[in-house]
Amino acid sequence: MEFQSCVKIINEWDIVAARQLGRNVAKELGFGTVDQARITTAISELARNIYLYAGQGSVSIEKLNINGKSGLKIIAEDQGPGIEDIRRVMEDGYTTSGGLGAGLPGAKRLMDDFDIESIPGEGTKIIATKWLR
Amino acid sequence: MDIRENMEKKYHEALSTYLKDQNEQALYQGQKISRLHIKYNISPEEIISMHKNNLMELYPELPGKVLDSFDFLLEVMMGYGIAYREHQSLRHQQQELKTEIEIAANVQHTLLETEIPDIKALEIGAISVPARQMNGDYYHFVQDENERIGVGIADVIGKGIPAALCMSMIKYAMDSLPEHRHEPKSVLESLNRVVEHNVDPSMFITMFYGLYDPHDRQFSYASAGHEPGFYYDAATGAFSDLDAKGLLLGVDKKTRYRQYEKTVNRGDMIILLSDGVTECRTNDGFIERETLIGLIKKNMHLQAQEMVNNIYKQLEKMQNFQLRDDFTLIILKSNV
Repeated sequence: MEFQSCVKIINEWDIVAARQLGRNVAKELGFGTVDQARITTAISELARNIYLYAGQGSVSIEKLNINGKSGLKIIAEDQGPGIEDIRRVMEDGYTTSGGLGAGLPGAKRLMDDFDIESIPGEGTKIIATKWLR
Repeated sequence: MDIRENMEKKYHEALSTYLKDQNEQALYQGQKISRLHIKYNISPEEIISMHKNNLMELYPELPGKVLDSFDFLLEVMMGYGIAYREHQSLRHQQQELKTEIEIAANVQHTLLETEIPDIKALEIGAISVPARQMNGDYYHFVQDENERIGVGIADVIGKGIPAALCMSMIKYAMDSLPEHRHEPKSVLESLNRVVEHNVDPSMFITMFYGLYDPHDRQFSYASAGHEPGFYYDAATGAFSDLDAKGLLLGVDKKTRYRQYEKTVNRGDMIILLSDGVTECRTNDGFIERETLIGLIKKNMHLQAQEMVNNIYKQLEKMQNFQLRDDFTLIILKSNV
């Protein structure tokens, strides 16, 4: 790990800070504007989920360099209520916020790798990565 | 050149042509590009980025603010991009579901298959068409060693997959009835117990069961709340309702059924149906049982199987080829 930086999500404005952090790192790594927007949107969705459903948590951004491949890793963590049925929240068309395609499945589509761990009553940890092509 | 580069080149050409001369021809190119983009899964945010890059190339002197505005537009389009991807994945899922249901419908077809008995005394025609892919109607023929012919017709209240699943159970319950218990009232009583025991309380089945004995030309029958069929008396040329009283299957496990008898004379017809036949809806509302009798009369000169096929075709046409409920029609025509 070369670099990690973290934003605490407590109120809605922290979502903006997390986006900003993600965009800066994405730019530094050389992601194009479209991928920057995708990464930022994914961060936004994950941070928003924390803000809406867990109350508070954190979003960390990591630069990756594995076997000459650069990438950006988002780690979104909270100690909120957790997700009872992960398969269900990852289903298309299922959203509690009523938006089209938003939420976790939306964030997953914008990234290359997406991993979610959640224990009801303890919290949720989501790790999402985008590789530089 | 890969697809993406090719696409960018096309976009560049079409855009510069249009900016040079705002004509319909160039806009038509734009429409074609739009189709190509959809074909190759290019999302809205990529198009905006492509547009911005092209503008910078074509007009290097463009004010920075104008170019910046595209970054804003790109961000706004992100949501549409996600919705677009979701739409594609849902479409894919829908296709898979459709295929799965088609396979299920084939499986059901094989499961519920029944052979129409071939005996001299009786000419038999039967047709059953589901409103959607899977059928909630069911008919069944059995012939015992005394040449008696049993005919069952059942309809699950409701249609589609739940109804169809329920029907498979009836079929197996019928198959496991002992040979000597083909008396209509005992068939319905046995099935009633199976349904009451195994089926969701919100699901009900109506059923008619009849047994024809060619030796004494007696037709005995009983009904569990099923849509009454018709009886055609060849001697008088009159149609009457094949009335029979009885509670639906699955309501009360102690239900007893009454058995009715009729002597079938040469040329007489027994017409059995599901409510999908009488509830055919035309522009003037539900068809009347009279209309149905009219259709039967019109086709009476035909073979029993041709009759049911023709009546189905005519009713299908009358309701503009939209079946609202599963449709089953059986005609038994006496030759002796």
